[in-house]
Amino acid sequence: MSVTESALRERLCEVLVRRGDEIADRWVRQQVERVSLSEGLAQEDLHEEADALVAALRRGMASELPTDRVVASHQELREAVVDMSMRRARAGSSPTATSLSVLALKDVLLEAAQQESLAADDMLAAALLLNRLLDAAGALCFETYVEGREEIIRRQSRQLLEVSTPVVRLWRHVLAVPLVGTLDTARSQVVMETLLEAIQQHEATVAIIDITGVPTVDTSVAQHLMQTVQAVRMMGADCVISGIRPAIAQTIVQLGIDLSDILTRANLADALATAVRLTGEDGTGTVSGPLAAPGAPEVRAAP
Amino acid sequence: MRGGPVPILRLGDTLVTGLLNELDDSSALALAEELTDRIVSDRARGVLIDISRVEIIDSFVARALMELSTMAQLLGARVVVAGMRPAVAITLVELGIELKGVETALNAEQGMSALGWRHSSSGLQEPPT
Repeated sequence: MSVTESALRERLCEVLVRRGDEIADRWVRQQVERVSLSEGLAQEDLHEEADALVAALRRGMASELPTDRVVASHQELREAVVDMSMRRARAGSSPTATSLSVLALKDVLLEAAQQESLAADDMLAAALLLNRLLDAAGALCFETYVEGREEIIRRQSRQLLEVSTPVVRLWRHVLAVPLVGTLDTARSQVVMETLLEAIQQHEATVAIIDITGVPTVDTSVAQHLMQTVQAVRMMGADCVISGIRPAIAQTIVQLGIDLSDILTRANLADALATAVRLTGEDGTGTVSGPLAAPGAPEVRAAP
Repeated sequence: MRGGPVPILRLGDTLVTGLLNELDDSSALALAEELTDRIVSDRARGVLIDISRVEIIDSFVARALMELSTMAQLLGARVVVAGMRPAVAITLVELGIELKGVETALNAEQGMSALGWRHSSSGLQEPPT
């Protein structure tokens, strides 16, 4: 870094040491006045946060790192910014408010620099330097905020996946999966896995997939359903799809989706009746496929 | 002398056999040959193939199973493939492999009952009226 720049940084550092508390205070006031902060943030928290960030900034400026990389590479400063952003994200502030909060520090610092009665040239250089520094901080803040939100979304969708695919035993050898919500690839994977495991565990011969809670059936949903049915059949069980509403039946036909291989019923009650019949009058279960039970050879007694 | 590593048992007019984890070209051929011979010589009407030991089924094994069941049908016997693992079923579906024309059963017991056998210990069953 150039001599003037390093001298400038030293100078600014010195200002931060001397008037750090004052700057932090003014910053908090600026934030409260200008930025519409969420109510989840208490004044004391803001003060604490500001103190930590100003201190970190001072140490970052004092380090040997080039100005452009101070925010990204100075660990303490980076952590302070990330920390602040995460806390705001959790408290529900908007990303704009969070970034503006950081950028408000710029004004405060510039004011402080101005009061140091620097020469006009130095003042310009100081303004540019502070701009670069805090723009980087603002960007980092925004990035962290988005990441934090994404993490929340990921966690929620994982939880949704876990809670939304129960397999229930309806009858002897009959299982049911009530599906609620859209059926995407990840979801159908989970449904398939849990269903097949349950079939093996309960020795079920019929599985009912109830799609009453599925809002729409398009080609991809139908594809997933058919895959699941195929997998169930390969396991040696039969599959009934229930809960097809009139509107869905219309869509399926209009889209030209062929579900003729699959046993479908309008509601769960009908599906259960069918399933119980499929498990067989003799109670020993049936085989899926073209030669299934009705045409089976005569029953013999085991020797 | 003939035959693969898997024995073929006869129970009444049903043949019972299984697949081990690995099935290569030669053993698939050997199994097909032995099985078709036995169907004719034992006058079997049903064949149960247990695959509960098989952890991976690729297109080769799938085709072998389909061919076996077609051959058996030509000789007048039904083939039931029993005991496919969930993971195997998922893989097959994802690979887009359909076991066309192959009957399946959850386990050997249900496969046998599908072939017309009834197990004598009817503790769980309603007695036939």
